[in-house]
Amino acid sequence: MADEKTETVISIKGLKKSFGSLHVLRGVDLEVKRGENVAVLGRSGTGKSVLIKIMVGLLKPDAGRVIILGEDVETLQGKELDEFRQKVGFSFQSSALYDSMSIRENLEFPLVRNVRNLSRDDINKAVEKALADVGLSQTINQMPSELSGGQRKRIGIARTLILKPEIMLYDEPTAGLDPITSIEINNLINDVRERLGATSIIITHDLTCAKTTGDRVAMLLDGKFERVGTFDEVFADPDERIQQFYNYKFVN
Amino acid sequence: MQSDATKPTNEASGRPVVTRGVDRFFLALADVASFIGRFFREALLPPYEFKEIVRQCYEVGFRSLLLISTTGFITGIVFTNQSRPSLADFGATSWLPSLIAIAIVRALGPLVTALIAAGKVGSSIGAELGSMNVTEQIDAMEVSGTDPFKFLVVSRVIATSITIPLLTMYTIFVALIGAYINVSQNEQTSFTSYIQEVFGAITYLDIFASILKSIVFGFTIGMVGCYKGYHSSKGTEGVGKAANSSVVTAMFLVFIEELLSLQIVGAIRGS
Repeated sequence: MADEKTETVISIKGLKKSFGSLHVLRGVDLEVKRGENVAVLGRSGTGKSVLIKIMVGLLKPDAGRVIILGEDVETLQGKELDEFRQKVGFSFQSSALYDSMSIRENLEFPLVRNVRNLSRDDINKAVEKALADVGLSQTINQMPSELSGGQRKRIGIARTLILKPEIMLYDEPTAGLDPITSIEINNLINDVRERLGATSIIITHDLTCAKTTGDRVAMLLDGKFERVGTFDEVFADPDERIQQFYNYKFVN
Repeated sequence: MQSDATKPTNEASGRPVVTRGVDRFFLALADVASFIGRFFREALLPPYEFKEIVRQCYEVGFRSLLLISTTGFITGIVFTNQSRPSLADFGATSWLPSLIAIAIVRALGPLVTALIAAGKVGSSIGAELGSMNVTEQIDAMEVSGTDPFKFLVVSRVIATSITIPLLTMYTIFVALIGAYINVSQNEQTSFTSYIQEVFGAITYLDIFASILKSIVFGFTIGMVGCYKGYHSSKGTEGVGKAANSSVVTAMFLVFIEELLSLQIVGAIRGS
């Protein structure tokens, strides 16, 4: 049996995806070990979100394979796919909180629909703990429309964590947030890894987020991971496209 | 006649625009058929979303009651008032209750309810699902292990198919009350004789056809709202279009179905 720390839990090989004549992913390869955080960097429209949507079966690839926790995602259907998705949490860019439900109902939703024989007390405890973990216990009876962008992001993450996933996929967790709230979200991502031991892929174009949360950084350029390594290794590359990305915040 | 050289063509595919339009029409038709087929498949297979169906029935039914009551009541009064002069010309105002009963039970009740529901419920479903689509809530539901089609579409379509016939019966009742108030004030008809005239004029076929027609209207309104919302394009403009298109398409289809039911019931009545 493979050592738990070196076990590959995400394996992506030759992944391709096009939308009409637009070739978004042109052969993506990536391996992620258990407990590792990988930040995927790239400009807008380079297919970062497409990549993680393929990883949870929301989109079908044109070619290539995605093996997560030993399962070939493309072949999963019905109940098997639902069970697989309980192990893979997905935090959406827009938070995707259900507008018509309160925060309590939002957090209960995945729990009551996936875990059988839970008492009302168990559900309440799980919801309260998930909210306490993201520091938003006071919002339990509020509606999503009453929360700020940062609070919505944290509730979105809490809703995902309530099923205790082995893998977390974050889609632009700090997009549209002020620097202080972004730091709070980055800390929360690191905290999730420490508490749950979850393996994470963080899709971002925020260099601070990539540096603080990623053990490794994968740079998506022209539909492929051109550079994968630590933050410093990737940005030591003299490639003009990478340097342009790195210098962007100073230029602007 | 236009020569091949002058026909408008799509430069990318080199195919005539007309052919592409026909292709698009049949592809859209196939998509709708597949959506309806999926509804029946998912509605019949467990697990069943009873709780959500009940919640949607409440949303569709109870929240439409005030509007339906007002519209039905006014329809009854106005129709009676407008029909009186024509009958008075022949000294036949005593036929008013039977005329009103036939018109309201056979056509006005189901049609008015369906049009109100298309405007209120259809647009609301289209906008709600469209907004959920735009803000990735449908994707979020899917990745959390819930079938969003079953939870959102099946429950809403079943709810409209159950609730709109009930609302239709209620509209008929309220419209007949409105008509009675008008008739009693002008013709001094007693409530007992009004009821006798009303039930003497309508048949079981009228009631049965009215209920059946309302189920079809309800199914259509729910299905159109869900289809438009579920397939809305991304962005806030897409949500608006989904809501608007839900109302227009549902109303158009309701009129077509009314016309068809008129022919079918007419044929049954004639045989």
